[in-house]
Amino acid sequence: MTETDGPLVETRGVAKSFSGVEVLHGIDLDLRAGEVHALLGENGAGKSTYAKILAGVHRPTRGEVTLAGQPVSIGSPLEAQRLGVTLIHQEPLSFPHLTVAENLFVGGEDTGVLGRVPWRRMAAEAERLIGALGVTIDPQAVMAGLSIADQQMVEIARALASDTRLIIMDEPTAPLTPREVATLFDIVRRLKAEGRAIVFISHRLEEVRALCDRVTVFRDGALISTAPVADLTDDDIIRLMIGRPLQEYLHKEVASLGDEALSVSGLTRGGAFADVSFSLRKGEVLGVAGLVGAGRTDVARAIFGIAPAEAGEIRIHGKPTTIAEPDDAIAHRIAYVPEDRAIAGIFRTLPVDQNITAAAPRSIGAGPFISPRREREIAADAIDRLSIRLASVHQPIGELSGGNQQKAILARWLLTDPEILILDEPTRGIDVGVKAEFYDRINQLAAEGRAVLLISSDLPELLTLADRILVMSEGRLTGEFSRAEADQEKIMQAAVPRSAA
Amino acid sequence: MSATETFDAAKARPLWHRIVVRPESVTLLLLIAAVFVSAWLSPFFADLRFVLESATFYIEFGIIALMLTLVVVSGEIDLSVAATMALSACLFGIAHRAGLGMPVAILIGLGSGALMGLFNGVLVTVFRLPSIIATIGTMVLYRGIAQVIAGDRSVGGFPDWFVGIDFIAVGIVPVPVIIFVVLAILLGLVLGSTLFGRQIYQTGTNPIAARHAGIRVDRLKMILFTASGLTSAVGGLLMASRLGVVRYDLATGGELQVVLIVMLGGTYIFGGRGTIAGTFLALWLLIIIQTGMTVANIAIEAQLTVLGLLLILAIISANAIYAGGRR
Repeated sequence: MTETDGPLVETRGVAKSFSGVEVLHGIDLDLRAGEVHALLGENGAGKSTYAKILAGVHRPTRGEVTLAGQPVSIGSPLEAQRLGVTLIHQEPLSFPHLTVAENLFVGGEDTGVLGRVPWRRMAAEAERLIGALGVTIDPQAVMAGLSIADQQMVEIARALASDTRLIIMDEPTAPLTPREVATLFDIVRRLKAEGRAIVFISHRLEEVRALCDRVTVFRDGALISTAPVADLTDDDIIRLMIGRPLQEYLHKEVASLGDEALSVSGLTRGGAFADVSFSLRKGEVLGVAGLVGAGRTDVARAIFGIAPAEAGEIRIHGKPTTIAEPDDAIAHRIAYVPEDRAIAGIFRTLPVDQNITAAAPRSIGAGPFISPRREREIAADAIDRLSIRLASVHQPIGELSGGNQQKAILARWLLTDPEILILDEPTRGIDVGVKAEFYDRINQLAAEGRAVLLISSDLPELLTLADRILVMSEGRLTGEFSRAEADQEKIMQAAVPRSAA
Repeated sequence: MSATETFDAAKARPLWHRIVVRPESVTLLLLIAAVFVSAWLSPFFADLRFVLESATFYIEFGIIALMLTLVVVSGEIDLSVAATMALSACLFGIAHRAGLGMPVAILIGLGSGALMGLFNGVLVTVFRLPSIIATIGTMVLYRGIAQVIAGDRSVGGFPDWFVGIDFIAVGIVPVPVIIFVVLAILLGLVLGSTLFGRQIYQTGTNPIAARHAGIRVDRLKMILFTASGLTSAVGGLLMASRLGVVRYDLATGGELQVVLIVMLGGTYIFGGRGTIAGTFLALWLLIIIQTGMTVANIAIEAQLTVLGLLLILAIISANAIYAGGRR
């Protein structure tokens, strides 16, 4: 497969502008066959734009791309596919109602007479491709019924169907469980051994360290540095990414604990979680660890009234409470920053100020009417306090970067002056700089005497911030550790389902 | 500061752009153009009185379109409005014929309309049916019931004071036009300036996020559907007054007229965007164009063609403007 000694892909001076603003400045980069190359950088640093140029989604404004020594122009994803370049999206962009086999051959010209579909040959070929990845997925299964991990595998199999030489993975591990990540890594290593080039975009340094050969760091649309992973420490990488050393990135301020703010006992909802009991005190950060699908989010949604529990009791400040709707939860001064910002958080096309004030309508109301002046003031104040970066409060929130959207959602809940905050994966998919701001903020919220329930799949994050960590597995609590006794190994032991161990 | 800020700043549209470039502006431009063309085609158009009198044929749909705007902004649709007009008007007519007296008959008409709207709301929020399906169902159902109870005959014999509301005018402005204008101001305030209106936009933009933010989405939709039914009943009574009789096939096909007005006004069919001002302007656009073409002796088929083209133009421009604002 390695036909030349030179790099498989070379880009020289590749730049991209959107509506006159250059977002990517003259990138010179080589990608070699048989290497896994990490692209790192804060959101908006230009790494995804660069990846999309390679994949034919964007055309470069200037600069050139050579593939195996030949200058190429990659005008569309289909052309990229013909040249052997495939982009695997984080959330696979497949056809959810078609079967795995049909998805594998979408875009193929392999039809029979009059465009007849060779179903039998397709099924056999699908079986072969999926088998080659060492995973078991039924080719006749409907795509929508698969886990995200399996959908990714199908995308990878599709890349292999067209004999791909360069595979670009844009944050593939974000939605995966640790075990699925391990499977993905095995496959990536196999693809590498076959002499393919892999570009791996991720926010997780430990993954980059485990998998990648070289790292390229992007910042502000420019390439800052390319080096072998082994030559850089984590601190080096973070400094390159944010352009300054990060002091006290991981720190905890221990707040004094007050009375019990929230307790649940025997909380149960069929198929989601069973017999969950815990209590949370004022000033405490209670971490909840577990694999994706362990029921952590379901418990949060039950407490917040989105999908209430069928059995069990919720007490707020010791008083038994019924919460049937989020509205009830808000009345009891509970706030919930949801896991999926795009679906359950933002109003994409509405202005930033209207997004920020959404959960505290009374603060901007004058009787039934809205006071635009008060809304503007309150929003401006929140934007200032959380240092949300934006051009105007009238800007649709969808125009902001992910980290700033997340800050706006946090601002929305802080306006309700909550006593109990449930944060569900608050820093997922946001870059290191903003993450540090969130850590400071969570410390501060606890110091103000608020009770924080922090659900996170990022173990270092939990170990840093939490006073106590609960572990859930398959809908049940399987562990509880104090700050002193918790470590990654103990938590994972409790998180991995017994039945499957 | 990082580059994110400069990118955001570069992408933001200037304020004047946000204010001027919006779908209602397109409706306004079309309206102005239509006035000039009509005035050029026929000298009658110099006469405001003539325009206002012509308006009474369309005003019933206009009133319903105002309320439907709120429903569409919330992310739903109500296609049963014309059938609701017919059934509530028939119930009113039959109640009157049964000797219940006008006040009671009117209350029955209005109350039944509200109930029909409430039923739509139940189908959508309790049974979780998509409103387009649910209200196509009730559109047929309500019309069917109207036919069963009213039969094939006209029901009339209303007292003189009730008949011909379109001929009663304050100055040169007919009463139905006044009702339309007052309702437009009222609903414009509700949608544009109240917390409830804000919740309508938020629900239409992202119902899941709306619920997470503590908005009682189902209750909000129930209120809107009920109000839509009630408004349709008002439209039905106005039409009964104008025609002097009610029949089961009153306002047949009216739902399309109403939806056309809402769309012409630049309201986004998938919810979250639209204004009462747009719908208000769109009704006048429709009136000017229809009467303008009639006065200019343009055949009815050609009129439909023009309306169709206009609607497509309005939708294309609204989509283009919304797509521009999204990025």
